[in-house]
Amino acid sequence: MAEVLLDIENVSKRFGGLLAVDDASLRVAAGRITALIGPNGAGKTTLFSIISGFQKPDGGRIVYDGGDIAGEPPYRLARRGIARTFQIVQPFAGLTVRENIAIGAHASHRGRAEALAAAGEIAQSVGLAALLDTPAATLTVAGRKRLELARALAIAPRLLLLDEVLAGLNPSEIRDMIPVIRAIAERGIAVLMTEHVMQAVMSLAVHIFVLAEGRVIAEGTPQQVAADRRVIEAYLGHGAANRTTAGAAHG
Amino acid sequence: MKTYLPIAVAVALLAAVPLFTSSNVVLNFLVAALLIALAGQGWNLLGGYGGQYSFGHAAFFGTAAYATAILQVRYGINAWLGFAAGIAAGTMVGAIIGALTFRSGLKGSYFSLVTLAFAEVLRIVASVAPITGAGVGTLIPLDLHARAFQFQSRVPFYFIALGLVALSLIVVRAVENSRFGAYLVAVRENEDAASALGVDAFTVKLCAITLSAAITAAAGCFYAQYFLFIDAGIAYGPWISIDALLAPIVGGAGTVFGPLLGALVIKTLGEGTKLITGDAPGLDLVIYGLLLVGVVGLAPRGIAGLLTAIAGRSGRSAAKLEPGNG
Repeated sequence: MAEVLLDIENVSKRFGGLLAVDDASLRVAAGRITALIGPNGAGKTTLFSIISGFQKPDGGRIVYDGGDIAGEPPYRLARRGIARTFQIVQPFAGLTVRENIAIGAHASHRGRAEALAAAGEIAQSVGLAALLDTPAATLTVAGRKRLELARALAIAPRLLLLDEVLAGLNPSEIRDMIPVIRAIAERGIAVLMTEHVMQAVMSLAVHIFVLAEGRVIAEGTPQQVAADRRVIEAYLGHGAANRTTAGAAHG
Repeated sequence: MKTYLPIAVAVALLAAVPLFTSSNVVLNFLVAALLIALAGQGWNLLGGYGGQYSFGHAAFFGTAAYATAILQVRYGINAWLGFAAGIAAGTMVGAIIGALTFRSGLKGSYFSLVTLAFAEVLRIVASVAPITGAGVGTLIPLDLHARAFQFQSRVPFYFIALGLVALSLIVVRAVENSRFGAYLVAVRENEDAASALGVDAFTVKLCAITLSAAITAAAGCFYAQYFLFIDAGIAYGPWISIDALLAPIVGGAGTVFGPLLGALVIKTLGEGTKLITGDAPGLDLVIYGLLLVGVVGLAPRGIAGLLTAIAGRSGRSAAKLEPGNG
């Protein structure tokens, strides 16, 4: 495994009676795409919120770049190079695309003009160049997802957390987005993504962790994970693995 | 520097007024409007750009007015020094209220209500505390000399008010073109998204309320010197909190010229109502209420927003009039 940038060790998070994340451990390496998959309600978004500082874990360590970051506020983590997108897109609706991206670019550009110029370059890299002066409120879902991505990239992250950036996109939009995500990892950024679009996960991710009911139940390459009985059962219900293998034998 | 040109033009136009009239009625009217424009510009920075709607800018206005007056009357401090000290006092109140409210994570209407409560508590304390003159108020003795910040004619006051407004326009324009301004707007639009991009929302809001308080405090100091009398109802009364938020909202919150435009409009309406109906108490508030309903319903981005929309429709070149206004 390449150099580990983010090492999550035995992290737990409880909301009242619900143990949303239960002793989860996973690792993300620089320059490649790691995926976190699991059925709805598995705790993926909670885990993302913990890594990006929006939630405090109840237990465990989150080691990023050699130090424990658990409980640090989001803005400080962002300044240390952890960027995230939101599953429910959060554009600055009253601002243009360029101004949205410039907020992120200000992390490394103090001047307004420099930040706005940098925003233009980043928009280019995610295919938003034509929409730079459009108000963010008028973007389509696909446009807003790209904007989330562009803004996160604007802070020049070392670790990028993508929370379902493909959700809500049609197949052709997904096809357009996949090379954009791949190009990000090729620039040396560690990418951790959650996704329900399995076809995309399988083609993008090098390593996959599977979360179910807050626990990591499996990990491995896409092929290993797809063949794992526990994963099939987690997605399709108890006994499903037997039925699918039986079905495959008959068919 | 191109972005400062509209400010220079507006200030030059207003500066020319005394060339054409020496009528005290006109100058009094304009000074009152500039006073509200200044107090409103303070509110605009925090409310218009930062999205934190304060109902209690009287706290900054009143503290500054009292500090100016009390330092002169009770401690014999020079009026100009008192003016500076008044701004410092109002600014400090802003920093304290900001630290308390933003640290406890108050947002939206909770923030509004708590700022209102601060201003009301200060009003009640000022109406009983001996140092403020309690119910009698504080009267600055007449001393018509420039060194006492008092003038025989209205004209010097007019130019001082205009100078303060000009300064506030420049400050807000500079904020608009800075990283701090961009972060402030980001916090207004979506605080979570902003913090995910490295914006320290607490510090940004604290800086905004402090600067906002300083601008509104300048209006309070000016009020004390201009009218030479304040009491708790004037200094900390809801009227100034209302005028300070009404002017930018009517004129266009989050735009540089919003407070100035709005102040001219609401003062014109207020005076117009008095001319027609006599001085029926509370009627100006009824008019303000109707105006607010009208603006929120018909032109939610205020007069400045309306003008930008009209300019945008009638030609691309006109859009350059308001560069950088979002």
